[in-house]
Amino acid sequence: MIRYVLTLEDSADFEPWRDMARAALQRAIPPEALDWRIRDGETDLFGQITDNGDGLEALTALPVVKTVTLRASCIALLRDLLCHSDPGRFALAYRIAWRVQGNPHLLDVVTDVDIAKARIMVRQNREDCHKMASFLRFREDPVQRGEGQDARRRFLAWFEPQHHILERIAPFFSKRFTDMDWMILTPRGSIRWDGKEVVYSPEPCERPELDDGFGELWDTYYASTFNPARVRTKAMRREMPGRYWKNLPETRLIPQLVAGAEARVRTMAEQELQPAPAFHERLRARETRLVTQVPDMAETLEGLAAQVRTCTACPLHCPATQAVVGEGPAEARIMVVGEQPGDQEDLAGRPFVGPAGQLLHEALGEAGVERGALYLTNAVKHFRFRLQGRRRIHQNPDAAHVVACRPWLEQEIALIRPKLIVSLGATALRALDGPGMAMSDVRGTSWTVGTGEKAVRRLALAHPSWLLRLGNGAQGGSERRHFGEGLSRLREFLDQPGA
Amino acid sequence: MKKSLSQRLAILSDAAKYDASCASSGSGRRDSAKSGGLGSTTGNGICHAFTPDGRCVSLLKILLTNFCVYDCAYCINRSSSNVERARFTPEEVVWLTLEFYRRNCIEGLFLSSGIIRSSDHTMEQLVQVARDLRLKHGFRGYIHLKTIPDASPRLLEEAGRYADRLSINVEMPTVAGLEQYAPQKKAGGIRQAMGEMRLKIDAGKERSHTGRRAERFSPGGQSTQMIVGADAASDQDILASSANLYGSYGLRRVYYSAFSPIPDASALLPAKSPPLQREHRLYQADWLFRFYGFAFGELTAGRADGMLDLELDPKLAWALDNRALFPVDLNRASKEMLLRVPGLGVKAVASILRARRHQAVRLEDLARLNVSIRKVRPFVQTPGWSPGRLTDRQDLRSRFSPAPRQMSLL
Repeated sequence: MIRYVLTLEDSADFEPWRDMARAALQRAIPPEALDWRIRDGETDLFGQITDNGDGLEALTALPVVKTVTLRASCIALLRDLLCHSDPGRFALAYRIAWRVQGNPHLLDVVTDVDIAKARIMVRQNREDCHKMASFLRFREDPVQRGEGQDARRRFLAWFEPQHHILERIAPFFSKRFTDMDWMILTPRGSIRWDGKEVVYSPEPCERPELDDGFGELWDTYYASTFNPARVRTKAMRREMPGRYWKNLPETRLIPQLVAGAEARVRTMAEQELQPAPAFHERLRARETRLVTQVPDMAETLEGLAAQVRTCTACPLHCPATQAVVGEGPAEARIMVVGEQPGDQEDLAGRPFVGPAGQLLHEALGEAGVERGALYLTNAVKHFRFRLQGRRRIHQNPDAAHVVACRPWLEQEIALIRPKLIVSLGATALRALDGPGMAMSDVRGTSWTVGTGEKAVRRLALAHPSWLLRLGNGAQGGSERRHFGEGLSRLREFLDQPGA
Repeated sequence: MKKSLSQRLAILSDAAKYDASCASSGSGRRDSAKSGGLGSTTGNGICHAFTPDGRCVSLLKILLTNFCVYDCAYCINRSSSNVERARFTPEEVVWLTLEFYRRNCIEGLFLSSGIIRSSDHTMEQLVQVARDLRLKHGFRGYIHLKTIPDASPRLLEEAGRYADRLSINVEMPTVAGLEQYAPQKKAGGIRQAMGEMRLKIDAGKERSHTGRRAERFSPGGQSTQMIVGADAASDQDILASSANLYGSYGLRRVYYSAFSPIPDASALLPAKSPPLQREHRLYQADWLFRFYGFAFGELTAGRADGMLDLELDPKLAWALDNRALFPVDLNRASKEMLLRVPGLGVKAVASILRARRHQAVRLEDLARLNVSIRKVRPFVQTPGWSPGRLTDRQDLRSRFSPAPRQMSLL
């Protein structure tokens, strides 16, 4: 079989390869018939080697037999691939371009030998970019450009990338180090930034002498942030392979840090207990003076709130953020009792601020009742939930939780002395009136508890979160109306003189 | 005599290093191309060096001061410790951050502080550093601020405006542990602060009906840290605590920090080497929760003492306890089930799902996806491979256990 020798520069330039590959694909030249080579000193010396094949001219002299297209995703992969330094990259890229003609899904078959190889090489390029972004160090050139306010500081860096990634990584540096001039020198060329544009040059560079005297501070930080009690050099080497060390001055310190670690840990262990410094004693003395006792009897709402916040009467306090106490004026004539704080209430520490609270708020507004005129609280003060992945799912409190929390509700009632208590939902009904009543029987109804001075009106309404669950269907609409009618009684109650 | 900047840097970075949090990720992409100034965030974070403890150096992790009015037993900076004390001015921290950043040594700043005078005073200083970096110097790199419990909402709001991530450490996995070792810290106050931050972070992500963005608040979310091995909490306790933290406060990360001996240690704590392997297993379990769909409870369910297996990774240990679910058909199983196969990572699973739409995946194909055939063999079946009785063999566990080490005679 005739073999064609195709010679390319050792760079990441995509276009020269693309032109040759297109010409070959159009002429249906199979991958085996191409010999991709990188131009080096030898071929330069002798012009071209044609001892075992023909050149590009011979290939283009053949007639075109088909049209060739490559998808954008394929071109993107091949572009990435050609940044690799492996001399076999041109042949691999052509093999993929050739095979894609017959199998348009080839790129998805990531288990395919060629595709797997290409993906590994692309990953290595990305890693190389990442290592360059990580381990390159700038040093300052004392000579600034410009003067006064417009002076730009100049920085210089040396790095040895494994692959042809300079043009690929340049935007990372220009978008990060925007307000300074810099130049990055590498054996594979250089990039330079002056605040306006990045200039790439393929000319190989020599390692410059770099020292701006700032390295010492960084060494200090590097040595101090190391914890001698947990030496794990394998993990360090995995992330920061030895080949990068010669351009990372702080790595000089590694041998002495590792060598001294054991002794430092031993010293810590053997250190005898020393008397605490004087300011510690002064602080602790002040602290004892400042400790204030929570009063036993709560005679104000604030005192009660402080007590509720320390409540551990049932296990609900363990996972919850905080106890959510009631909110409203101490002289409120109406008290509204809900079930328990929900997710939002638990986080904010205030009752009725979540979705159900918003619905209540809107309905109150429609009924012409100001939220500020009511004392809002819950039958249970801690949020009960179960975890599902990253979400907290509301759970109804058990009878035991209601019972444990009842003393707080009773004290709230005793302090506020409301004339009307509105229960929202079954839990509040149970907490206020015991287990005897069924929600379905009393929803929307009102009655009086006690006589004379102690007489209190009771009104039982649905819980707004139940309304939310019913949604906007027919039932939801009618229940929502009932709820609104119930709340309008609050308005009537507030309007009664002296009630 | 006043200590030099370098001496103070040594003291205040030594004092900050027991905080394991190092991430410079999660804040989205941002750069200085249009705005001018200095700095960018890449979304994934970059580690600029590694120290011999295997940890990365990504952010300049320092304290503003290591004077502290608290006396937390596990902490190097507790008031009863005789460590050397020092403080930076906010200007010095700003200068150090910018100069290290310009030399590409760091991704940004992780600033914390001992509590001096009051919570508000301390927080005000932290916020000033972040404010100056952002507003005076056009710094667009990463900023992680520790928040101080009980600081005023105004300061928290300002911190959230300038920081990419906020964090507050729960320190101990259980409330009892915290009471024992950190008598001045209150678990309730820490949770309240995290709850408040969650509400603000969520609000910061929302857009109004006109599409206007809410004011920026800690776009990289919040994180926390627990100390492992100082108190008696089991892995189950620790992971239950994590589950609650992730669920309740939407944390981006929970860090586990093996308790490590410190100079002038408190008598409350025994000086022993840090339980690094245990810490490693906890991180693996955390990973399985965040990326593999495991619930924390599943990972400790089969463990009588509530401790993760130190010899085997938690996914393998779980699979050995749940062999009835295996082998899994690589070409038919759901993504969720593939993620549970020991040896298959998130990327390998994505590759299998992609490839199997076009042709059957065989066992030997897995080698090209960087998967250890030895590890997955007992748990998968493919055309041409069935593990047969291998999955149920009594000695399957021992095939994965590390080789027994000969006991030292000394």
